[in-house]
Amino acid sequence: MRAPLNLPRIVITGVGLTAPNGNSLPEFRRNLLAGVAGIEWLDVRYMGRLLAGVCHYDPLRYQKRKEVRVGTRAGSISIWCANEAITDSGIALAAFSRDRIGIYIGCTEHGNVETENEIFAISKFNYDTKYWSHYHNPRTVANNPAGEASLNLGITGPAYTIGAACAAGNLGLIHAAQMLRLGEVDLAICGGVSESIHTFGIFAGFKSQGALATHEVPAKASRPFDRARNGIVVSEGGCLYTLERLDDALARGARIYGEIAGYGVLSDASDYVLPNPVRQAECIRKSIAHAGLAPQGIHIVNTHATATPLGDVQECEAIRAVFGDGCPDTFINNTKSFIGHCMGAAGALELAGNLPSFEDLVVHPTINVDDLDPACALPGLVLNQPAKAGRVDTILNNSFGMLGINSTLIVRRFVA
Amino acid sequence: MTNDECKKAVLDIIADIAPDEDLSNVKPDVRLRDQLQLDSMDFLDIVMELRKRHGIEVPEADYVRLASLDSCAEYLTPKFNALAAKS
Repeated sequence: MRAPLNLPRIVITGVGLTAPNGNSLPEFRRNLLAGVAGIEWLDVRYMGRLLAGVCHYDPLRYQKRKEVRVGTRAGSISIWCANEAITDSGIALAAFSRDRIGIYIGCTEHGNVETENEIFAISKFNYDTKYWSHYHNPRTVANNPAGEASLNLGITGPAYTIGAACAAGNLGLIHAAQMLRLGEVDLAICGGVSESIHTFGIFAGFKSQGALATHEVPAKASRPFDRARNGIVVSEGGCLYTLERLDDALARGARIYGEIAGYGVLSDASDYVLPNPVRQAECIRKSIAHAGLAPQGIHIVNTHATATPLGDVQECEAIRAVFGDGCPDTFINNTKSFIGHCMGAAGALELAGNLPSFEDLVVHPTINVDDLDPACALPGLVLNQPAKAGRVDTILNNSFGMLGINSTLIVRRFVA
Repeated sequence: MTNDECKKAVLDIIADIAPDEDLSNVKPDVRLRDQLQLDSMDFLDIVMELRKRHGIEVPEADYVRLASLDSCAEYLTPKFNALAAKS
């Protein structure tokens, strides 16, 4: 299935991000090529010191202290990323009707942090609910992260979140591309954010599931494809892009990072938690067909792999089913080995870390693979050191999530 | 508690809920909303913090009594002192 040719082409013209190992694309990329991870110890309520990816951007660059106090961490991350993306794009917001700008932000979950905080607060008052904050509802509504960005920027167009578990970052981009193609908006600010490290529940849930990473050395904790991997490192983060129709971007002389080439979104319909490699392979194939490509035309596959023993093997099974041994120009990597699992931000951040490959023809590695699991030994897997590629014209980005939501996004090097 | 101590207790709360505001020259006889960027949610925060920090309840009908520092002191000081007398 190919995208109808009369639909407008959609391009990426700006990137704003905060990751556990970088607060801008150049810093993030530099650390991905230098093997610098961003995992540290974090005190988690009720649970003690755990490994997490923590972001260290300066919220006060774009927010007043009161806005930080009243708002949420996810809102703050959205505001940071949106402002950074707009600055990076060179867009003058004054040139747009504010109601023609859309904000589409993927989230794995939202509201757990704020609810836990309030329950903890009223526990100090014998659980008397008269101490429950009047900010609880605006903080926990599912559109909060996008709404805070719209307030901060004075953007009056559609601003909402897209809940798609850990596939949500990709979904933010895909939904934005669709809205631009439909002519609903003229500029989209889109991607994904996560504040998940501030809720003990996500850590406790993964721990109960036997899927929370442990390691004595934080930087070594997230180790997809390694035989000694033992689970997920939970991280916060955000990455928002500016997307525009190609004609608009060209008209204003924009720098173009890449073009949305194709995507696939499918559901497993098979389990609450367990991935389904057959559906994952279907999703990857669908995206490749949507881009009008063959597997041989994909030059980087950025995996979703989260370092759970089963999940990594199953994604490798899906990739092997699509790419087999017949794709010598296809490199495969993983970004979570550096930054852990940024949940709703994962897809968007991991794509960003690979975008510079269009220019430098270097593929960032998967780090922490000291003993490659034979079940994950895919051809083209870039281990521990960056690889030089002959050409990088396409990046395929996998992001999968609980309840069986699968998303694959393909970005192409821009050629006029 | 004196009226001045009561005003300081209120200003301490405002310093936390409106951290961007300069509180060095707040005029006691002028409405707080006329000299500081405080909205209705912030006033609910003042009420909440009086409850949390000092155990003082302000019924909704009395919110208007918190309009200025002077009116706060006039309304709240007896409440502070009544609580102190109980303890």
